[in-house]
Amino acid sequence: MLVLAAKRLFSMILIMVTVSFILFALFESDKFSVAGKVLGPYSSTEQREIWLEKNGYNEPFLERYLTWSLNAVQGDFGDSIQLKAPVADVLWPRLGNTAILAGLVFAFMIPLSLTLGVIAGMKEGSVRDRSISITSVLTTSVPEFASATFLSAVFVYSLKWLPGTSAMINGFSWAEIALPVMVLVLYGFGYIARMTRASMVEVMTSNYIRTAILKGIPYRRVILRHALRNALIAPFTVIVLQMNWLLSGVIVVEVFFAYKGFGKLLLDAALFGDIYVIEACTLVAVFVAVFSQFISDIGYTLLNPRIRFS
Amino acid sequence: MSETQPILECRNLCISYTTRSGEVPAVVDFNLKVMPGQGIGLVGESGCGKSTVALAIMQYLGSNGYIKSGEILFKGRDMREMSEEELRSIRGSRIAMIYQEPMASLNPSMKIGEQLMEVPLYHEDINREEAAQRSFEMLEAVKLPDPTRIMGAYPHQLSGGQQQRVVIAMALLSKPDLLLLDEPTTALDVTVERGIVDLINEISAEFGTSMIYISHNLGLILDTCDRVTVMYSGEAVEEGTVQRVFTHMRHPYTHGLFATIPLPGTDKNERPLVPIPGQLPLPHERPQGCYFGPRCAFFEDGVCNGDHVPMSTVAEAEGHYVRCARYADVNWEDHDHEAVATKSVKSGKTVLQVEKLKKYYEVEEDPFMAMLSGSEARQVKANEDLSFIAREAETVAIVGESGCGKSTLAKVLMGLEEATSGRVILNGKELGKTDVRSREAETVNSLQMVFQNPFDTLNPSHTIGSQIGRVIKKFGIETDKNKIREKVGELLDIVKLPREFANRRPRQLSGGQKQRVGIARAFAGNPSVVIADEPVSALDVSVQAAVTGLLTEIQNELKTTLIFISHDLSVVRYLSDRVVVMYLGHIVEQGETEQVFAPPYHPYTEALLSAVPIADPEVQQKHIVLEGDIPSSVNPPSGCPFHTRCPRKIGRICETDVPPVKTMEAGHKIACHLEDDVLNGMEPVITMPDDAGEAPQNAEVG
Amino acid sequence: MTDLANKPYPPAPGFLKTLISSLSLLRESPIAIAGFVLIFGWILLALLAPILPLYDPNIPLEPFKFPGAAAKDGGTYWLGTDHKGRDILSRIIFGAQQVLVWATLATAVAYVVGMAMGVVAGYLGGWWDEAISFIANVLLSFPVMVLYIVIVSYMGATGLNIVLAVTFASAPGIMRIVRGLVLDLKTRDYVFAAQTRGESTLYIMLIELLPNARGPLIVDASLRLGYTTITIAMLGYLGLGLPPPDPDWGKMISEAQPLGSFAGYMAIAPAVAISSLVLGFNLLADGLREISMKD
Repeated sequence: MLVLAAKRLFSMILIMVTVSFILFALFESDKFSVAGKVLGPYSSTEQREIWLEKNGYNEPFLERYLTWSLNAVQGDFGDSIQLKAPVADVLWPRLGNTAILAGLVFAFMIPLSLTLGVIAGMKEGSVRDRSISITSVLTTSVPEFASATFLSAVFVYSLKWLPGTSAMINGFSWAEIALPVMVLVLYGFGYIARMTRASMVEVMTSNYIRTAILKGIPYRRVILRHALRNALIAPFTVIVLQMNWLLSGVIVVEVFFAYKGFGKLLLDAALFGDIYVIEACTLVAVFVAVFSQFISDIGYTLLNPRIRFS
Repeated sequence: MSETQPILECRNLCISYTTRSGEVPAVVDFNLKVMPGQGIGLVGESGCGKSTVALAIMQYLGSNGYIKSGEILFKGRDMREMSEEELRSIRGSRIAMIYQEPMASLNPSMKIGEQLMEVPLYHEDINREEAAQRSFEMLEAVKLPDPTRIMGAYPHQLSGGQQQRVVIAMALLSKPDLLLLDEPTTALDVTVERGIVDLINEISAEFGTSMIYISHNLGLILDTCDRVTVMYSGEAVEEGTVQRVFTHMRHPYTHGLFATIPLPGTDKNERPLVPIPGQLPLPHERPQGCYFGPRCAFFEDGVCNGDHVPMSTVAEAEGHYVRCARYADVNWEDHDHEAVATKSVKSGKTVLQVEKLKKYYEVEEDPFMAMLSGSEARQVKANEDLSFIAREAETVAIVGESGCGKSTLAKVLMGLEEATSGRVILNGKELGKTDVRSREAETVNSLQMVFQNPFDTLNPSHTIGSQIGRVIKKFGIETDKNKIREKVGELLDIVKLPREFANRRPRQLSGGQKQRVGIARAFAGNPSVVIADEPVSALDVSVQAAVTGLLTEIQNELKTTLIFISHDLSVVRYLSDRVVVMYLGHIVEQGETEQVFAPPYHPYTEALLSAVPIADPEVQQKHIVLEGDIPSSVNPPSGCPFHTRCPRKIGRICETDVPPVKTMEAGHKIACHLEDDVLNGMEPVITMPDDAGEAPQNAEVG
Repeated sequence: MTDLANKPYPPAPGFLKTLISSLSLLRESPIAIAGFVLIFGWILLALLAPILPLYDPNIPLEPFKFPGAAAKDGGTYWLGTDHKGRDILSRIIFGAQQVLVWATLATAVAYVVGMAMGVVAGYLGGWWDEAISFIANVLLSFPVMVLYIVIVSYMGATGLNIVLAVTFASAPGIMRIVRGLVLDLKTRDYVFAAQTRGESTLYIMLIELLPNARGPLIVDASLRLGYTTITIAMLGYLGLGLPPPDPDWGKMISEAQPLGSFAGYMAIAPAVAISSLVLGFNLLADGLREISMKD
């Protein structure tokens, strides 16, 4: 168990190192273009040379990478070109906002999708199963910006219940966050529900469920004690890995609703060419993804006695 | 006995499944009566409906199965009219079931203790301590070592044999009136099976539990049951006491079944097995009248294909029923089976020689982590010092249970794995260390293999013709497209398949037909040695006979050397000229077939012989039950590999020293510490009736 | 034994017949048929676009006409016109051409790369597996959209770069599926049989292994086509998509969004278009999975 955790931790670090190296090589191996981006297209060659010398860009590439990555580990990502402020100062509040959004999405999505998945999978082919399955195919077919369009048309323009943007200028507002959460839940729950259903169907047709039923224990206990635990092992990993998806979905939703989160920051930086912000956001996103993978691996092992004791 | 009420009774039971193509009758007009304390055997080949009967009794047919008509009476009450709650209170409490795959039948994420305690907790008014106490006692009763540890273990931490004992304990916890056993030992090794069968027999004697024992293995039925029902294609064709049915069977199918299983006394050349012609009909293709009609030698137009044939009582014996319109007309004494004895071919020069072959595996570990940690990988000693030879036209059997290294040996011989040390010499050429791809085409061609599993011996994506054709092309036998097609046709002729099969895909073939294609493929290039790895173990007995018959026929014709790998001693005895017995990577005994099957034995061979169920009530068999399970080959015992289970262990020396190989008589070698006079003083395990050699089991005597 | 001899068996059925019989398998699942009809409908529209009586998708006519409004030339703007006065129906249909071509191309390239990686990693194992799996893990550790943004912002938004980005994002997933299937398939006896007759590694991978992985892969490909469709539209929406002026469903939505309060129809039409196409792929995948389960 500890060996496994150490192994996963090691591969996590290895991936982070690789990713950071790729990013650095991608955006900063050509130092003149970096200077051009920072100082603007109209800066002179001389100005750029001076800037490069001053900012240590004339050191060997590997040394620069080392300094850069050590700074990044300490939370220093340099100054944003566009916003003229330390990237960290912008990034953390934005990340906080995204965390609120993601937390709310998970809080609604997981109970909803697990319940639906279990109900559907309890009896394969039943009316309940079919209607839940069809619903989840439908909702996963509507991408976030499309469902945001539909929901806005209904709640913002027709019913006028909710605001169309979520900039939160006057502080946190439930009304403003409602639509982003709805959009993300709507798109995301179907996938988990379907995974849960598949897992539940498999468990329900397994021989040990037959044993449990033919042992004569009540059906409720068969479901709750025998089926659920085994059926939820597979969806667990899927749920944790949804972090990865959520970080993608969040970008679109944040852009659509002008929500001041990390995704909007990344996109703005990408459109502007703000390389330091791109680097920082990507590193943070990859870290979150890799870390959730780590959690998922550990959790899977804990949930599954077949791996835990072998 | 007739005054008492039966525990269970099935009356005119018809069970059907709804599928896309409509209703499929799985069981038709089925009758069964189980009296208290009685053991009833249900025997038949796969697809005959025997498991469906068991699930119907449990009222657990899945969403598409249903009881179409008839009744199932449990102590006189029709189970179909019971409420869910009533059924629940009977299931697991009054009727309990034991399943084929113990591993799959236990909840993987729940401790054994908890799974056991559920039974009394939900059927009786009892607290947790009492339930735990009861479970503990029951684990002791099924002779599991260290019940405390097992209570706290998860299923995957136990061996297959232990898991099955747990399942048995679970079934017995509420002292049921009726026990349903669905192939309870099929997934286990023979020596482990013997222990389970003995346990089942003890239990039924001790608790007086009635049993329905479902099996495809006639020998097991003989060992465990009082009465037997033979099923064919969804209906019972013969029913009676085990003694009566096994000696005086009247239905042509039952006769055919017995003629297809190798009993002591059958011989591949003088008294070959007789396969039942044709195939089991699919449920919606059953013929008019007698379902067995098209495959029956006594079929008579107008009699056998008219109305549905009813079950009738055999005139001279009470309680013996048979579903045959002509059973009284057939005189089994005069009936001559069509099998033609073939001449045995004299074995010639040595073709294959294996010398001190060793194969060690590193236990698979992440190569990356292994490099980092620098730790030495653990080794599996799959083959240890193997030496044997095979001559031209000879059949050498390699026998052993799981983990004995017989499949590894096959892979090393084929060049799929590299030997750690030792030599393999084929036709005078050393090939122990050459990978199959670096072997010469001629060598590759002359050493071919028939595989175990019919379901993946053929590539499902390609037609039969293209797969055989590929071999012909690869070996350079023919290059012209039309000639290849012609040759494919010829090969199909040889394995007795219609030529149209060339255009079929594997899924359109039955298991036996696929194995035939596998044989055609192996023999395409006229190899000098063919290795057959359990080629028939996955097939039904009647098909087994046909496939082994085909193998020997082609082998005789082409003078091929056959290395026959098997766990089934009956088949080995029937088929082979010489036998090599393996245990945990070691050869413990080898010699001519008669030498190995007669004393002196290696103690393991002795136990193995006594464990094989024999479907002949007239054969006497000594019973030796081995303790425990086969040890893991990752961590094999020191000294003699068999010492942990050996009933003849003499002392420390067995644990410390690898036993010497003793040559008993010409070519008969035993690796054992026992003194020569002890070995020579052993009694035979299997004793035939006086007229042994005449082997009367195929002929009606009474 | 030889009464059949010299009578060669009939030749195998041709490709067309096999194709028709595979398509007829769809009958077994109404869901698959529904999906197929949706996809086929879009393909048909995209193919027929040049000969349908449509306005030029890039020429400004009359701005902000509501759906069904009459055009000056006597025609009808069935789905209205946008803020620049371009006919929305025609932009949707020509947009379908774009998205279908690029989504298919991108998915196909991703499949070629992913299958090659997967079969090598799964069959050869050892260091091959370690190296390829590591590359896949690095790529999979990026949230998909972040990966797209990094790649497209680094290399610029062109069709081919989008294909490249989709390949980077999808190939690791395909590789994992193929690797898993191959790990299972390579233990089959027919693979041993091929090895024991000395077949080359390439032959075993291409002829013995990959054809048997096709079932799950066809289902996955259908799902992935849907997801790639979403991706392309999403990149368009974020301003990282195919370059203008050709119509792009995602861009149509982003252009319409600020005008939602009075011209909501502008965004609804492309949103419905994307959703229906993706739904087609998802339904087809679902139906195919159902059919393959029945076998």
